[in-house]
Amino acid sequence: MTHRPYTPWLFLLPGLAISLLFVIFPFLNMIVLSFTDASALGGGRFTGVDNFVRMAQDPKFWVAARNSLLYMVGVVPPLVLLPLLIAMLAQKVVPGIGIFRTAFFTPVIASAVVVGLIWTWLLDSRGLVNNVVEALGGTRIGFLTDSTLLLISSMVVTIWRGLGYYMVIYLAALANVPKDLHEAAMVDGAGPIRRFWSVTVPSLRPTMVLVAALSAVNGFRVFSEIYLLSGGSGGPGGASTTMVLLIQSVGRGLTGEVGYASALSFVLFVILLGLLLVTLKLNRREDQL
Amino acid sequence: MKLVLRYSALLAILAISIGPFLWQFATSIKGPNEDVFVPDFIPDDPTFSNYAAVADVVPVWTFALNSLAVASVNVVTNCLGAAMAGYALARLRFKGRKLAAVIFASSILVPFEAILISLFLVMRGFGLTNTLTGVVLPGAIAALNVLLLRNAFLALPAEVEEAAIIDGANAWQRFTRLALPSVKGTLVVVALFSFMFSWDDFLWPLVVLSDQEKYTLTIGLAYLQGTFVQNQRLVAAGTIIAVLPLILLFLLLQKHFFRGVGEGAIKG
Repeated sequence: MTHRPYTPWLFLLPGLAISLLFVIFPFLNMIVLSFTDASALGGGRFTGVDNFVRMAQDPKFWVAARNSLLYMVGVVPPLVLLPLLIAMLAQKVVPGIGIFRTAFFTPVIASAVVVGLIWTWLLDSRGLVNNVVEALGGTRIGFLTDSTLLLISSMVVTIWRGLGYYMVIYLAALANVPKDLHEAAMVDGAGPIRRFWSVTVPSLRPTMVLVAALSAVNGFRVFSEIYLLSGGSGGPGGASTTMVLLIQSVGRGLTGEVGYASALSFVLFVILLGLLLVTLKLNRREDQL
Repeated sequence: MKLVLRYSALLAILAISIGPFLWQFATSIKGPNEDVFVPDFIPDDPTFSNYAAVADVVPVWTFALNSLAVASVNVVTNCLGAAMAGYALARLRFKGRKLAAVIFASSILVPFEAILISLFLVMRGFGLTNTLTGVVLPGAIAALNVLLLRNAFLALPAEVEEAAIIDGANAWQRFTRLALPSVKGTLVVVALFSFMFSWDDFLWPLVVLSDQEKYTLTIGLAYLQGTFVQNQRLVAAGTIIAVLPLILLFLLLQKHFFRGVGEGAIKG
């Protein structure tokens, strides 16, 4: 015997306690609460699927779900493609490349709040971007005052912040692309664009699926960027609100409707799990090829 | 010619990546008489007075200390707690090991946003809302870190420890003297990302804290923006205070940051 029977549990105790108390229990409780009319003060009776019926009739839910979905659809293609192009550019070792890679990664380490505040200032009606627009002969654009433009601006911020992160993932994957494939294609007379589509993309497909999955999940659960660019309001009349913004505004505070917020959380969870399962399936198909 | 093109493209992306930070910094050192709306990256009369002035509006140094406290505790609890659990999963044989691994794995799959409200109720049950302890606890030992360290311990050769067992070393001694020093690289990654995650976290502190003197930097800054939009110099100074420590940390330890992304230590 190398240890007493209870020794492993002493090692596991702190970690298990945190996971059980602050992840697993709240998760199960969220599911239970979603079938009740619990308020912020507690209590709550079992109300069956009432919360879900209410959700189906709640225009705010549909706005939030639509925006989250749009957000996801809007950020995934640029986040799959742009970081790959940047990675291919930054892959080749030329003098000073370390400085460039470091600089490209900098937005990743800044918090969503810092990034949100910087871009709120850049996109202000009198901000730097509008000054450039005006200098080029255009009229000032209400990036933060129009609900659609607010969503798009926020997507741009999310994409900007993700470039460096996914670049690093791609750099690691590119290092594993066999060189002789490129050379063989070159011998066959394939140009750089042809080689990109017929050599680089096929050998990176699993990584691209991974990046698509990560950016989709993060896109759907966007919170900070929209919160900051809209000053906490979710846009004019709440028209730019997203699922997480809605959950936190419904469930928070003394008037919080915990039951309904839990039902919204449950729906959010099911959608995110669905995204994850789709990715796993896509990846499995990759393995079989 | 090709090289010129390559460097032009690299420089363009460089400008897009760090230009916004430079603009924010330029705004933060512009004096009260200079027009902050004029697109001028180099102030006529640079001054650091905004960094002092922002503290008159909100207790920004208290916010910074709160953030530092939360992030530091987070580093210690994650490194120690996750290493202990990871070691037990990788190196000790016992009944129930699979169950423990399943609990950690399923914790990773639960998106934080989905348990936000429910977690707030748990915290209130413990009487820890509006405390820094309440901010730290949910992320104190992230399941992801447990699995990262488990994998690191699994990759170690078993022979050394078998020799230690014959020499009569108990599990704790093997853990602290043999296993821990061998996974230093992973520990650095875990420490770094725990610090960054905690320093940058916004949603949870926003929900769990209510008194201004308990605010961390992120919610303090969001609050500052709400009250003082008219003085961009102060908001800019505040953001630089919040981002500078991380930039310095990153410049010092960038290799580990890149490694952490590769190992999946952050989820985007």
